[in-house]
Amino acid sequence: MAIKPNTAFLASYRIYVALFFVFLAAPLVAAGMFAFNDSQFPSLPWQGFTLDWFFNDSEPKLGMFHDRRLLRGLYYSFVIASCVSLLSVFVGTCNAFLFVRCKFPAKDFFYIMMVLPLVIPGVILGISILLLASNIANGAEEALSLDLDFLRPGIVLVVLGQFSFITTITSLVIIARLKKFDASMEEAAYNLGASRVRVLRTITLPFLFPAMAAAGIVAFLVSFENFNTTLFLVGSEAPLTITMYDRMVKVGSTPVLNAVSFFLMIGSALLALVSILVQRDKPQT
Amino acid sequence: MMQKDIKRLSLILLFAPFALWIVLLIVLPHLGMFYISLREKVAPRTYEFGLENYINFFAEPIYWNTLIRTGSMSLLVTVLALLLGFPIAYYIAKIAGHRSRGALFLMCLIPLWVSDLIRAFGWILLLRETGIISSSLQWAGLVNTPVEFLYNDATVIMGLVYTVILFMIVPLVSTLDGMDDSMIEAGYNLGGNGPTVLRRIIIPYAMPGIVSGCIVVFMLTAGSYLTPILLGGKNSSWFTEQIYDQFITRYNWESGAAFGFLLLAFTSLVVWGGLKLSGQTLNSTVARS
Repeated sequence: MAIKPNTAFLASYRIYVALFFVFLAAPLVAAGMFAFNDSQFPSLPWQGFTLDWFFNDSEPKLGMFHDRRLLRGLYYSFVIASCVSLLSVFVGTCNAFLFVRCKFPAKDFFYIMMVLPLVIPGVILGISILLLASNIANGAEEALSLDLDFLRPGIVLVVLGQFSFITTITSLVIIARLKKFDASMEEAAYNLGASRVRVLRTITLPFLFPAMAAAGIVAFLVSFENFNTTLFLVGSEAPLTITMYDRMVKVGSTPVLNAVSFFLMIGSALLALVSILVQRDKPQT
Repeated sequence: MMQKDIKRLSLILLFAPFALWIVLLIVLPHLGMFYISLREKVAPRTYEFGLENYINFFAEPIYWNTLIRTGSMSLLVTVLALLLGFPIAYYIAKIAGHRSRGALFLMCLIPLWVSDLIRAFGWILLLRETGIISSSLQWAGLVNTPVEFLYNDATVIMGLVYTVILFMIVPLVSTLDGMDDSMIEAGYNLGGNGPTVLRRIIIPYAMPGIVSGCIVVFMLTAGSYLTPILLGGKNSSWFTEQIYDQFITRYNWESGAAFGFLLLAFTSLVVWGGLKLSGQTLNSTVARS
């Protein structure tokens, strides 16, 4: 222990920390709990336990697994998150090699450019990409009478918008891992006569793989829960967060939203756990 | 010679995805946004260059009041997140035992993996007139009528602090973690008391983490959309709401682009000022690796 404070101070410090975690958990518990309440409204009093909000197949208590629009939102979210995850891990890996291994002029400047998307407000990223894409699409339509449909709000723009800042996250994760790499391992392989591609495939990439997998999971989760950037780029294929928001604003809160929340919380907790497990250093076999 | 060519080729191959990403998705869209913000609509499909959109912004007090309000509330949220988060980060990095440290850190991260929307939804269920806190207070006999906790500035600020505090705690934990305990002990041995050690040793050491956390928290808060709208209702007057309004409701993209650019310029100015005041650079904080 670094400081030796008196016991009364330490006790109140502990209470503060405990209260803080209660504060962190409170809204999540509230959002999850009403998924199991047998009532039309997500509020007290408690009417008894039910799983209807997950599995019931008829109105008025239509469960989430029978709600077509929510399921469609879940599907689009899944497609978008998978694309974003793959793309951003690929570019993130390239960036890691670029910034850790290569020497080129103005490297510090480019490094700042790489970090920048993380601090640009998501709303601004969304509108700036929307503006550029629409202008290109309009220009192409007027000048060349080309119909560039993918530049209109829709799934492609959502993927690009999320990719634009999630790549910074994946790059930082993979860079941190590549920096820990012991270059003598590669040198040994070269000395034993291995080719560049072979060294990359059998030594460097396996070393990087845990970080790449973890970065992919983080990218997937961040994409799944993103709202600000997506809001401006969304077309008719609305991902789950947008569908839920629409429902909340138009219909008001019903326990089916709690069921979705509970489902998402469990899902992301499991994925986060996997990302921690793959990053843990295993003893070499 | 061969070796050199391979080096150059791989540099180009690695630089290409990076350049495509930054130029096509970051630089060009922002230049385009700036360009569009300088257009004035004089007739349908005819535009002229001018500062009209910016003049409109400064001529209408509601607009710039909203921006100033967003900025000052974001600063307040940043300060609160630092004050509330620093003790937690210190506890995790320096006081908690080895085993509980990892668990506490993970618990801090859990809300990070849950969407903004669900967090705001949870707060609504807790705080609204028919919500858990109001009914518990009635049940306990402390109040006679339902109490509405939503739709006021205090709730918006609390909700925002909740949303962003993790981005303060994580960099703080990683800086404090790298600090040698003997530095603190030396401070005590030289006769310093708790507050002195905190002010003269711990805070200066943690400065890069503090500044980095503050930058991210401030930018996230000023750019947030869901929390102010859902917890503050229609009167939350958050600047991103004005941007959304210009874009989607009024379909006035020129003015929306100007607003977006103003938000970006304003928040960058605040961050730049903060860096100057604290004597840090972007390289020593956010871009630290």
